[in-house]
Amino acid sequence: MSEAETRCRVGIDVGGTFTDIVLEAGGDRTSAKVLTTSQAPERGVIDGLREVLQKAVLAPGDVGLVLHGTTLATNAVLERRGARTAFITTEGFRDILEVGYETRYDQYDLMIEKVAPIVPRRLRFTVPERVDARGRVLEALDEEAVHALAPALSAAEIESVAVGFFHAYANPVHERRVEAILHDALPELSVTLASEVCPEVREYERFTTASVNAYVRPLMEGYLARLDGMLAEIGIGCPLLLMTSGGGLTTVETARRQPVRLVESGPAGGVLLARDIAARAGLDKVMSFDMGGTTAKICFIENLEPRRAREFEIDRQARFMKGSGLPLRIPVIEMVEIGAGGGSIARVDRLGRIAVGPESAGAEPGPAGYGRGGTDATVTDADIVLGRIDPAGFAGGRIELRPELSAEAVGRSVGASLELGPSQAAQGIVEIVDENMSNAARVLAVEEGKVASEQTVIAFGGAAPLHACRIAEKLGIDRIVVPVDAGVGSAVGFLRAPVAYEVVRSLNMRLSALDAGAVNDLMADMRREARTVVESGAFGAPLAERRVAYMRYLGQGHEIAVPVDSERLGPDDGRALQAAYDREYELLFKRTIPDADVEVLSWGLTVSTVEAMPAADDPGRTTGSPEPAGWRDIHDTESGAAAQVPLYRRADLAAGDRLDGPALIVEEQTSTFVSRNFRAVLAPAGNIVLERRV
Amino acid sequence: MASRDGLDVITRQVMWNRLISVVEEQAQTLLRTAFSPIVRECGDLSAGVFDLRGRMLAQAVTGTPGHVNSMAESVQHFIRHFPVAEMNEGDIYITNDPWLGTGHLNDFVLTTPCFRRGKPVGLFSCTSHLTDIGGIGVGPDATDVHMEGLYIPMLKLADRGRIDATLMAFVRRNTREPVECEGDVYSLAACNEVGCVRLVEMMDEFGLEDLDELGEYIVSSSRRAVLAEVAELPKGKYRNAMALDGYDRPIDLVATLEIGDEGVHVDYDGTSPMSRYGVNVPMAYTTAYTSFGLGCAIAPGVPNNAGSLSAFRVTAPERSILNAPYPAAVCARHLIGQQLPDVVFGCLEKVVPERVPAEGASSLWNITFRGEADRGSNERSLFAFTAVTNGGTGARGVKDGLNGTAYPSGVKGTPVEIVETMAPVLFRRKELRSDSAGPGTWRGGAGQVIEVESADGRDMELLAAYERIDHPARGRAGGGGGEAGAVFLASGTRLKGKGTQTIPAGETLVLHTPGGGGHGPSRNRPPEAVAADVEDGIVSEAAARRDYGWKGAA
Repeated sequence: MSEAETRCRVGIDVGGTFTDIVLEAGGDRTSAKVLTTSQAPERGVIDGLREVLQKAVLAPGDVGLVLHGTTLATNAVLERRGARTAFITTEGFRDILEVGYETRYDQYDLMIEKVAPIVPRRLRFTVPERVDARGRVLEALDEEAVHALAPALSAAEIESVAVGFFHAYANPVHERRVEAILHDALPELSVTLASEVCPEVREYERFTTASVNAYVRPLMEGYLARLDGMLAEIGIGCPLLLMTSGGGLTTVETARRQPVRLVESGPAGGVLLARDIAARAGLDKVMSFDMGGTTAKICFIENLEPRRAREFEIDRQARFMKGSGLPLRIPVIEMVEIGAGGGSIARVDRLGRIAVGPESAGAEPGPAGYGRGGTDATVTDADIVLGRIDPAGFAGGRIELRPELSAEAVGRSVGASLELGPSQAAQGIVEIVDENMSNAARVLAVEEGKVASEQTVIAFGGAAPLHACRIAEKLGIDRIVVPVDAGVGSAVGFLRAPVAYEVVRSLNMRLSALDAGAVNDLMADMRREARTVVESGAFGAPLAERRVAYMRYLGQGHEIAVPVDSERLGPDDGRALQAAYDREYELLFKRTIPDADVEVLSWGLTVSTVEAMPAADDPGRTTGSPEPAGWRDIHDTESGAAAQVPLYRRADLAAGDRLDGPALIVEEQTSTFVSRNFRAVLAPAGNIVLERRV
Repeated sequence: MASRDGLDVITRQVMWNRLISVVEEQAQTLLRTAFSPIVRECGDLSAGVFDLRGRMLAQAVTGTPGHVNSMAESVQHFIRHFPVAEMNEGDIYITNDPWLGTGHLNDFVLTTPCFRRGKPVGLFSCTSHLTDIGGIGVGPDATDVHMEGLYIPMLKLADRGRIDATLMAFVRRNTREPVECEGDVYSLAACNEVGCVRLVEMMDEFGLEDLDELGEYIVSSSRRAVLAEVAELPKGKYRNAMALDGYDRPIDLVATLEIGDEGVHVDYDGTSPMSRYGVNVPMAYTTAYTSFGLGCAIAPGVPNNAGSLSAFRVTAPERSILNAPYPAAVCARHLIGQQLPDVVFGCLEKVVPERVPAEGASSLWNITFRGEADRGSNERSLFAFTAVTNGGTGARGVKDGLNGTAYPSGVKGTPVEIVETMAPVLFRRKELRSDSAGPGTWRGGAGQVIEVESADGRDMELLAAYERIDHPARGRAGGGGGEAGAVFLASGTRLKGKGTQTIPAGETLVLHTPGGGGHGPSRNRPPEAVAADVEDGIVSEAAARRDYGWKGAA
């Protein structure tokens, strides 16, 4: 075990509202939740750190490793609070960032607003140069023109520049030359090269990724430098690693250069938490289901590996509508996020159908039942009306629930126009939101070639345990795990993350003419790049490498990722790749195409530390049938009638306790609703395991 | 209301949502497996599920309106040719008949019966645009449909799961892009199969034996919802006329829109007769884009299906350019068809002025090249390539138009780097066109300037199909018109807007795509909005002074 691991580790998740801090020392976990100090987030982090150290009775010097994820980069884009950024591109192509896909994300809405490009036209500059699709220089870079830009950039008080030239993924020579010239002329200027951040074909996505990187870079560099300084000041001199959207940790140095990789690190942390629970429970097929106040996030984890993707959209104009945001080509964990949370608002549309979300009542005013002036019926209100939330001790007694306000809102917003009473209307709301989430899961399962019914659901986030049973029923799933202490899930997840770095490069090649030497050279280069990043944060931990080829039939437009088994390709690997491709393709699309040639578009390589995954816990034996702490009146959604069900307090349950649904298990942060089709068992590790009754 | 009914209401809604999700998966499968760049990069496709009577119950949001609404009718033709009772599991049916499919030979339509426990329960249909289907190519020069390429009647593509090898051999040998063409047929077949698997799962889950009751619910509530919107509009007849360039002479599109108790009826009496060339529009395509324009303005929130479409009736005189029968040439039917929402909006200006935008570029400005390509290792052959580009949309009553954006088509533009990877062409310029947007309180969307040439010094053929060169987009409510489009060589020679022309080696083709019209008087535009456009170079200083009385930076 390395030195860093013998001391305690701290996970920090800086969100838009709260900063979560989790400290682990030995087997003990201490956590704190403080308000995010938006103007100087490092202050909140330091406050929270002091708090957990005090609680755990540890000194700053005892901290061996800090693992940090943040939404600062994301929020800077959403709120357009980034640096004054310019974009330099090939002459004749000033507007790629703005024209984008030339399409509307909503076919029927005549009033759509397209997402504003990250750099306005007045700050987009062009210089003469041209490289073709094969990387050949057709027109040399006009260096005079680049020199001439320097005064213009100074005059416009530009802090950060993105450089994106056509086909520079195939030959970055001109982009690198611009960087050198600008560095000499304007040493303070931050320069991002598109060919470095995203060396892949398709100009709009590549240029957008580079411009977003340039836009958040000065902010993130400043923040990380200040945080580093303050950590040292209070005596925490250990390494700091940053969580990326791809689910791996990276060094401060890489985070400063490529801060675009830090967006969406919170949800990635949640997935890592689910993965850890899957390992401990010995589960090889898991659906991570994270349902909070405004959204639900679903991700499949097979053999402890979530699927990776390379596309992510930020700053969507129409919430959750594909195509309405800025497309980023960065490594991400593939998940689906939809506007379905406890605060999602329900209404009846013009067709007399119940619609739920994506609009959310948020934390203020919140659901009607919070009694803070909210009048819209939310999913939480529906849960209250159905009797699934015990008003006593809700949110640790901080909020006094007003069920009559929930009933009124549900009756008014949904019941009235459908001629349904409050209970039936509430049932309708819950049924629709559960269906929406199940549908999202089904679509994702199909896209990934997975079978939804074979999964075990891991349900966390405040609202997930209330809805997990119904979703499992809809998906034909037989088992659900509700972990302990899921309220600070992402920060806990960071503690479980490997140090990792992913590189993807385009090198187009037909399998029938596979040039193993060229691929080996490219991979060696990528390996060097990835290992350099990872080794500096791995503290001697063993490293593993994952290789993929992004392949398609010659002439197709979309690639699928196929694992590459050999570290060095030999003459026979063309056939092996073809066989692997056929397998994947048939899994995804049912039917392969006879005699069609296959090509590789890009190659990916990820180096990561090997985390010793925890061994599966002993499942234990069911022993007792606990006494309920009380009884609650609920609306039974299966019979459509009122019923009484036992209520248990999670804290009172002991390992091995077993109880049959319908029942409620309540705790401070959430409630687990056990439907009549499920039975709950308390596992030795404290997780609630729900299994379908036969 | 009894509680059981209450639950049924909710269950039916859940099933409807599910059906929409099923067809979305169907469309996504098509998108991800397609070969033709115009499908895979641009999404020129559609997908939907139908009941056994051929009524469309749901369509994918992914796709383009001209396909969707014409495919809705197409399935009726399929089941007339191949009665459902005679279909077998594993059968797939195909056509590219412009009058039984979606309006030109490049669109293949595949329909697959979906079986559950040995019984047919529904039909999946999908369509996508293949880059090349032989013949004279995807331009408007033909004088009858047979010149436009391989004509596939209503045929069985697969019999109980076995693909017809003879048919596939014919397809391969009759296109300049055999790999793409064959791959796309497989891709279409696969997407219907994915849809069917998912439908059967849904029926198992809900214990549904057939789609009759669910279909009736979807169709009737959608129709009711559209009629409720229509009922809020003042009844009456509203007329509009719009002139277009046409192939060799201008065309008048004349519409009378009548709002009545049974919905909206648009009749095109007074419209110009059909053309000798391939700009004619089959009736299904006319209906498709007219209904789309009506849907956008009147009932944008109602899902598209047989019920919502039934509230709109469209007629046009036989042998007019909007109702051209076999054997008319129809390849470039989108040029006229995509202008129909603008014609509809002109009628509705008197009814819902705040909802309808000014006229826009509207028709796609596709760049279709054909020529010789060196594909390495002695594979010298022909290439054909279509890159999608656009002008600007019309200004909305409360917002500017969209720069370089497709409307009403739902397809995406083709990335320049993808074009250059696929075909021996080199782009020199593709950026927004200054002073092309129609002035107004809200200005139109700007068009683009595009310059492109052969990458290997060969002659190339341009299959030109461009509108709004002589008839630019008009403004609305006192707004100014957008700039007209233009097609020429960099050396100065003007080219025709329609028809195949040679771009000689060493020459550069220049396209100026049209701007959208403005909305409201330009003097009412906020000065800071004018200043921002000037600073961005979307509006020149001279034009700002002329059109907006701008007095800034002398």
